[in-house]
Amino acid sequence: MITVCRIEDLPPGEALRVTEGVPAPIAVFNADGTVYAVDDTCTHQDASLADGWLEGCYVECPLHAAAFDLRDGRPTCPPAKVPLRTHRVTVEDGRVVLHVTVGEPA
Amino acid sequence: MKSIAVVGASLAALSTVRALRAEGYDGAITVIGEERHHPYDRPPLSKAFLKGDLDADALALADPDEYADLRVRWLLGERAVRLDPAARTITLRSGRELRADAAVVATGASPRTIAGAQGLAGVHTLRTLDDAVALRADLRDGLPRVVVIGAGFIGAEVASTAHALGLSVTVVEAAEVPLERVLGREMGLVCSSLHTDHGVRLLCGTGVAGLTGEGRVTGVRLADGRLLPADLVVVGVGVRPATAWLAGSGLTVDDGLVCDAGCATNIPGVVAAGDVARCPNPFTGRHQRIEHWSNATEQPRTAARTLLSGRSAPTPVQPPYFWSDQYQARIQLAGHVAPGDRPQLVAGDLESRSFVAVYRRNGHDVAVLAVNQPKLFSRLRRTLTPVPSAVARAAP
Repeated sequence: MITVCRIEDLPPGEALRVTEGVPAPIAVFNADGTVYAVDDTCTHQDASLADGWLEGCYVECPLHAAAFDLRDGRPTCPPAKVPLRTHRVTVEDGRVVLHVTVGEPA
Repeated sequence: MKSIAVVGASLAALSTVRALRAEGYDGAITVIGEERHHPYDRPPLSKAFLKGDLDADALALADPDEYADLRVRWLLGERAVRLDPAARTITLRSGRELRADAAVVATGASPRTIAGAQGLAGVHTLRTLDDAVALRADLRDGLPRVVVIGAGFIGAEVASTAHALGLSVTVVEAAEVPLERVLGREMGLVCSSLHTDHGVRLLCGTGVAGLTGEGRVTGVRLADGRLLPADLVVVGVGVRPATAWLAGSGLTVDDGLVCDAGCATNIPGVVAAGDVARCPNPFTGRHQRIEHWSNATEQPRTAARTLLSGRSAPTPVQPPYFWSDQYQARIQLAGHVAPGDRPQLVAGDLESRSFVAVYRRNGHDVAVLAVNQPKLFSRLRRTLTPVPSAVARAAP
């Protein structure tokens, strides 16, 4: 488990990129009050989704506008075709906690 | 409409096929492609693929499952040489004739080259996968001295990749300021300074008089008389639209296949999409071709709707958008920069090569340029508005 930050440091609409203690960078989003975590690198080409455009529970890649559903990691439009791995993330005592999964897509 | 021929087999063609199926078209689709490859992604050709970090399989734009769903008849390695709209036929180089109820022209563009380049080994242009394979082999053959002619984005990316491979690189640009036409003078200077930041020699304001060498290139002779020794030359001096095959078709061709805002040509049942299509664009206020990857994904939706509805169906247009990765910098531009538009820095600073600048015209934000600032760029590109006074003139 990794404590990412205090929840007040991740207000709605914001994202954080986690690189320490994880096998690959993970993006953590506050989508209108619900916190999601997915692999940070777009499955299409090298771009950080933490830099992407967040709308509802969808994030759009900042490079090619591929969009992903943060709930299941699935791409919702080309050019991406491969889903993102999702990761369990919770808010505990005001802290955003990432439960890192290694291996199979969640 | 029972059959549609898509001429060209790159991103715009695949996007068109996807759009036709998404719109519910259930008839036959034939795609005619001069290259022997299924559609692949071109942007990595000058970067990760050229460097050797990606293989050709990774460039595929669709997988076998999707191709099965799309139900396309592929005629690859076949070049279309004639379109006869009255007879509704397309003639292929092999002499074969194809009949279709409608046609989508997505033939793209071909690189321009320079006089004397033909027949000289070691001189390359970069457009296709085969071009990139050949260039990659040459880049890895010893430690060639590389001269890139043209400091546009393709030239800059190739120079950056060659530099990353440890090669000695010189970039030659005829204009005084590289990228001035695209980014304006100030930002053209900023972005082209990435070359010199990394020890790549940049020579501006000098044309190329010719190439030296017999059989294989040995150097580039500049208009001012200087001779640059070269083992490998890459020519990146722009493209011309692939429209020669439309001669005699009755289609209006003038720097591209001339279309209205719905991608309709002057002949019913023929639409165009991608680099070859010249359409009015509300964001640029011009009737122009847009050679960007994003245009090749978006415009086909318009073309498909027009074709299937039988009347020109303009759809909301996004600001033109492109990106370029070079020297670990990600450059992104949305909108259109006209001469006189002044960039205003809104974040970061130029020295750190991490900034965002917004171009304004008549009180409107018309373009946003970012270097290594994708997040703010994503936000600001959504705020761009077409300039009302500059809305493109109606289609011909």
